[in-house]
Amino acid sequence: MAGYLVQRFVGTVPVLLLISLLVFLLIHAAPGDPTLMLLGEETNAAEVAKAKAQWGLDRPLYVQYLKFAASTLTGEFGKSFKYAEPVSQVIKARLPATIELAIFSIIIAVVLAIPLGVWAGSKPNSWLDNVGTTFGLFGISMPSFWLGIMLILLLAGVLNILPTAGRSTYGVAGPETTGFYLLDSLLQRNWKAVWDALTHICMPALALGVNMLGILMRVTRSSVLEVMNEEYVVTARAKGLAEKNIVWRHVTSNALIPVITVVGLELGTLLSGSIIVETVFAWPGVGSLLITALNARDYPLVTGIVITYTAAFVVINLIIDGLYAVIDPRIRY
Amino acid sequence: MQSLTLESATEKTPGLVGRLAPRLHTKAFTGGLIVLTFIVVGILGPAVAPYNPNKQELTAMTKPPEGIGSLHVLGTDNLGRDVLSRVIYGARVSLLVAFAVVFISGFIGIGLGAISGYFGGKTDFAIQKLVEVVWAFPPLLLGITIMAFLGQGLFNLILALVVQRWIPYCRVVRGQALSLRTREFVVASRCLGARNAQIILRHILPNVIQTSLVIGTFAMASAIIAEASLSFLGVGVPPEIPTWGTMLADARIYISTAWWLPLFPGLCIFVTVLGINLLGDALRDLLDPRLKRAGSGI
Repeated sequence: MAGYLVQRFVGTVPVLLLISLLVFLLIHAAPGDPTLMLLGEETNAAEVAKAKAQWGLDRPLYVQYLKFAASTLTGEFGKSFKYAEPVSQVIKARLPATIELAIFSIIIAVVLAIPLGVWAGSKPNSWLDNVGTTFGLFGISMPSFWLGIMLILLLAGVLNILPTAGRSTYGVAGPETTGFYLLDSLLQRNWKAVWDALTHICMPALALGVNMLGILMRVTRSSVLEVMNEEYVVTARAKGLAEKNIVWRHVTSNALIPVITVVGLELGTLLSGSIIVETVFAWPGVGSLLITALNARDYPLVTGIVITYTAAFVVINLIIDGLYAVIDPRIRY
Repeated sequence: MQSLTLESATEKTPGLVGRLAPRLHTKAFTGGLIVLTFIVVGILGPAVAPYNPNKQELTAMTKPPEGIGSLHVLGTDNLGRDVLSRVIYGARVSLLVAFAVVFISGFIGIGLGAISGYFGGKTDFAIQKLVEVVWAFPPLLLGITIMAFLGQGLFNLILALVVQRWIPYCRVVRGQALSLRTREFVVASRCLGARNAQIILRHILPNVIQTSLVIGTFAMASAIIAEASLSFLGVGVPPEIPTWGTMLADARIYISTAWWLPLFPGLCIFVTVLGINLLGDALRDLLDPRLKRAGSGI
């Protein structure tokens, strides 16, 4: 299996290179001059020429790409036009916020979806199943950004129990060590900051996780339904095991394989979803950074973010492939 | 095993209507009704909308909904534009984009999938590499990037959404074509001298259309959400065209003062997508009896 994974990993390199070329060409084919965007309309020709020379925009396209590809290989992606810092550093500073939000969303989705799916699937056509199925259908049909807005309206606006935006209240969080506010606050035993971070993250995480919740619930349900007909379940029943044990020990562990696949597949959707949910909640992550960078036509930053997202997506898929074999020993590569 | 499958197959073919279980019936009916309502409203648009969606009424700015029979049933926005009229026009754009995306991507995906699976070899390799590269982008990210750089516009929007959406069709159809090309009826027609194009059109495509129909239904739901997302981020259609996504984006600033502004367009997206998903579920249960027997699919 290690051989297969290495082969897969090597196979992703040309894919990533092609993607970088695609993004690079797309950006350069676009209308809109970045120098004018950043310097404003009232600059003179000399200033524009100076800025172009400084950013290397006056060089031929292939030179720009080679330079870009070289800096991509070192993981630096060049210097951001807007922030005047290496792109990798700008992204690195924002990455913990996005990862924290994504992890929290997955936790919410998994913790709610799996029990609900197992209950629904083990008692098909019961009232619990009907509630679960409706819930799942609502989950997959819900536009995450609308749910976000409605949550803000209700929980922050009308009930005033949660903050509307951001990651923390100013001055509450201690010094950053990992960049993950929850983890930092826990390590520092700053309980006020832990609570503050939790109140900030729960709305965006729920909005981001709702689609995954719906899909996971439906997949768990159908997977459980399928496993319930297996012979070993009949055997377990014949042995006189309590239904609760059958469902939670024999059925659930076997029904989770497709669920894990779907978690992996949905991570990509979650990553894209983070762009829009971060914008709704002014969450200072990579997603909202992408929108800022796009509006400023900050080429290196946009390319850096797109490649970071894509690389993350590719690596996640690779890990999920590896995980199958661990979970299901029948799968061999 | 063979005889078992045959038996159950003969048992399970009491015709299209007979196959619709009562529960399935409710799903198909509810979903169909919702989708049909929005399609009719979308088509009739100008005839049923009480106002021009872009008409600003400065004397009636940010008016809350006053109920049926009043001047502005769903209220007005910050510029005094009638929310109901804008929601109706929004249905038009959303459904138009979604239909266009589903048909174009279906056409490309089914075509490439059939070619890839039927011919195999180098053609298959090339097409599958393309699939791999395009599929490596997280969904929506490619759309956002394309739109941001090509600029707002209906045509660009459809293009940006099609770029990745042909892939599910292509993958599934390729798999089916791979197995179909070795089947007796395909081999037989090749022996009779049928050309490749003829075989693909007459024998491969009719056999993959059912599955593609199910994929298409779910793709439509995702296209509506994607269109709204892009418009919400300001990279979708130009601001003068009212869509549900742009309405939501405009409403963001007024969340605390005008609850009806984000409520109605979002509700429309949600209900339409819900209807399409219900329809998709029903269609899949109907076309895939294996799943139906296990309950009602996922």
